[in-house]
Amino acid sequence: MSLVTAAPRRMPLTPSLSPQAGRGRDARSGRVRGRFLLALLVAVTGMPAAEVYAAGQTVQIGWLSQAVKRTLPLSYLDQPPQDEGVQGARLGIADDNTTGHFTDQSFELDERVAPEDGDIAAAFRDLAAKGTRLVVTDLTAPELLAVASLSEATTATIFDTGASEDRLRGEDCRANLLHLLPSRAMLADALVQYLVAKRWSNLLLVVGHGAGDQEFAGDIRHAAQKFQAHIVQEKPWTFVPGAKRTDTGHFAIQAEVARFTQGISYDVLVVADEDDEFGDDLSYRTFDPRPVAGTQSLVPSAWARPHEQWGATQLQARFLRQAKRWMTDRDYAAWMAVRAIGEAATRSKSTDPAAISAFLRSDHFELAAYKGARLSFRSWDGQLRQPILLADARSLVSVSPQPGFLHQFSELDTLGIDKPETKCRMG
Amino acid sequence: MSNGVTRAWRGIASLACLHFAISIAAADTIYVSNEKDNTITVIDGASLEPVKTIPVGQRPRGIVLSKDEKSLYICASDSDHIEVLDLATDKVVRTLPSGADPEYFALDPTGKLLYVANEDDSLVTIVDIDRGAVVTEIPVGVEPEGMGISPDGKYLVNTSETTNMAHVIDTAKREVVANILVDSRPRRAVWTADGAQFWVSAEIGGTVSVVDADKREIVKRITFAVPGVPTEAIQPVGIAITRDRKLAFVALGPANRVAVVDAQSYEVLRHLLVGQRVWSLAFNPDQSRIYTTNGVSNDISVIDVGSLKVIKSVPVGQSPWGVVSRP
Repeated sequence: MSLVTAAPRRMPLTPSLSPQAGRGRDARSGRVRGRFLLALLVAVTGMPAAEVYAAGQTVQIGWLSQAVKRTLPLSYLDQPPQDEGVQGARLGIADDNTTGHFTDQSFELDERVAPEDGDIAAAFRDLAAKGTRLVVTDLTAPELLAVASLSEATTATIFDTGASEDRLRGEDCRANLLHLLPSRAMLADALVQYLVAKRWSNLLLVVGHGAGDQEFAGDIRHAAQKFQAHIVQEKPWTFVPGAKRTDTGHFAIQAEVARFTQGISYDVLVVADEDDEFGDDLSYRTFDPRPVAGTQSLVPSAWARPHEQWGATQLQARFLRQAKRWMTDRDYAAWMAVRAIGEAATRSKSTDPAAISAFLRSDHFELAAYKGARLSFRSWDGQLRQPILLADARSLVSVSPQPGFLHQFSELDTLGIDKPETKCRMG
Repeated sequence: MSNGVTRAWRGIASLACLHFAISIAAADTIYVSNEKDNTITVIDGASLEPVKTIPVGQRPRGIVLSKDEKSLYICASDSDHIEVLDLATDKVVRTLPSGADPEYFALDPTGKLLYVANEDDSLVTIVDIDRGAVVTEIPVGVEPEGMGISPDGKYLVNTSETTNMAHVIDTAKREVVANILVDSRPRRAVWTADGAQFWVSAEIGGTVSVVDADKREIVKRITFAVPGVPTEAIQPVGIAITRDRKLAFVALGPANRVAVVDAQSYEVLRHLLVGQRVWSLAFNPDQSRIYTTNGVSNDISVIDVGSLKVIKSVPVGQSPWGVVSRP
């Protein structure tokens, strides 16, 4: 099966430039070049670029998120960005449109960001009324379920890039949802596989008070059972230090962590603290010298700043240039969502949302996303199967699945909830 | 010592010299770019020993010999230019403009132009070597990578890794004339010597597409299965096809194998175990050997084409990327 497209409309070539004039990578950003090409296109064809593509050849993609006040992380080095997620979607649109030049398809992102107390359902209905059937969302699990249950959403495909709750892939699954971020179960499996491969199989599990922390702890317990690790003890973290960043504040936390971990025999401390309330305070302060992993220190994640393998350097560089900051997990998930739509449009030779959605769920779909594997959606719960990176702030430590964890169909399915154990009943 | 014995010794010595001279003449010199330590390793093809390490620009990746084989062109990706290494003195004597982040390139058959893939900019840049100037730029897909020029120089095939296409560029018109959708993350485009086909590897797709150059249609998708190796680890990159189009060799990346393919029937004949993450391939001048760069084990493997056996591995620098052989 091959697609030979007709030669594209003659594309304006940028005039040759003297080698000295602004050849550096920073001197000419992609956006500047894009505008330049656009300007030329307008100049040459005498019409705005939007009219160059035939109507109906444009794929409308909605973006739906809610402005939320994030809790400040423990470390002031990494403040949560205001434009998290949507920057990834914008980069995906740029990538899709570069490809679209050759297939006469174009892609547009209709961004809707509801205020903190705003009406998400109304924003979704508005997108639906405009005929948008492919919607990328960065929402919490309750908001996502509310949107997915709207009658206007029955013919839509919603790309979840913000929620990692297991229940969205389990008992609360929906046929119109696809999940780009790994579930917490996948993250836990990825971490425990690595710890077991290292033969660091005795775990001290330290759990914060958040609902996400509780779910991640449950997933670590499940992973330990599955991969034969042993949780020697599970302790809730309840200590609320005073002003720990003020002068001499470190004494109290240092003493508390030593006390907290004294008298326990374990190999690795696994921490569940998604809101960054205490997890960064554990390393180097335990009673015995033991590494820390989980939501801090050695972290399983979809994307990581130190990742540069399988061409990831290129995506990191493109994103940095566009957003002027590093790509996060949610940016990456949004980029994957938009790229998946683009890839399905190219392969199915269609801009029809229904055809795109059908192709995404078919056996023919595969996405290359800089992790050295073919990514595709699990038929039983709509989860994107993908390798999980294990990294700390400065280095990529490993990538799971670990060698030796075998699966009859895809080794990527050793991570997370497999078909025989799923609680998802769609339709 | 009698005169007779002296004469006999002289005779033996001159014979030995003659033999030495012949083996030197037949042997090649191998050049390997080391992406992570900014050097070129020089290997003597007769002894298969590294003889020299030459410092070059930052992140050297694609390398190609000049038409007269007196110079080596080097994509110095992080230096954003091409370097010209004089092979008589082993010194970088010139730099050429390349556009940002040159990764890989092709020399046109006249030896006057370089076609450069600018990975960060979605462009193919054409560089006039004598003038040291950019002639023009051609917009292509996201992350252009592979560059294969037809034996007659009329067509250039460029692959774009994220757009998943092989773009056929008419080198006279300097524009894209056809786009062929291939499998995920296409890497190399290599023409057969007769100009009838070009082969495109897809790293994530795990396939090699054989494209009929006239019809611009895929005539065969070659797949690979190595017992005991997960399918995800089979990631084709480098391709080398013998001049008589009897055999093709495909580097399978982290599967650590080079596949040997019957280039007529497209049947995969066997898989040869080489170093880790095998990447680029190059024949020696008489095509009796293939050299492979192994990006993770930091060495090259030497394959004897007649016996289809790996005969040696030679240590090089960090993350070896490109390899060429010079008579």
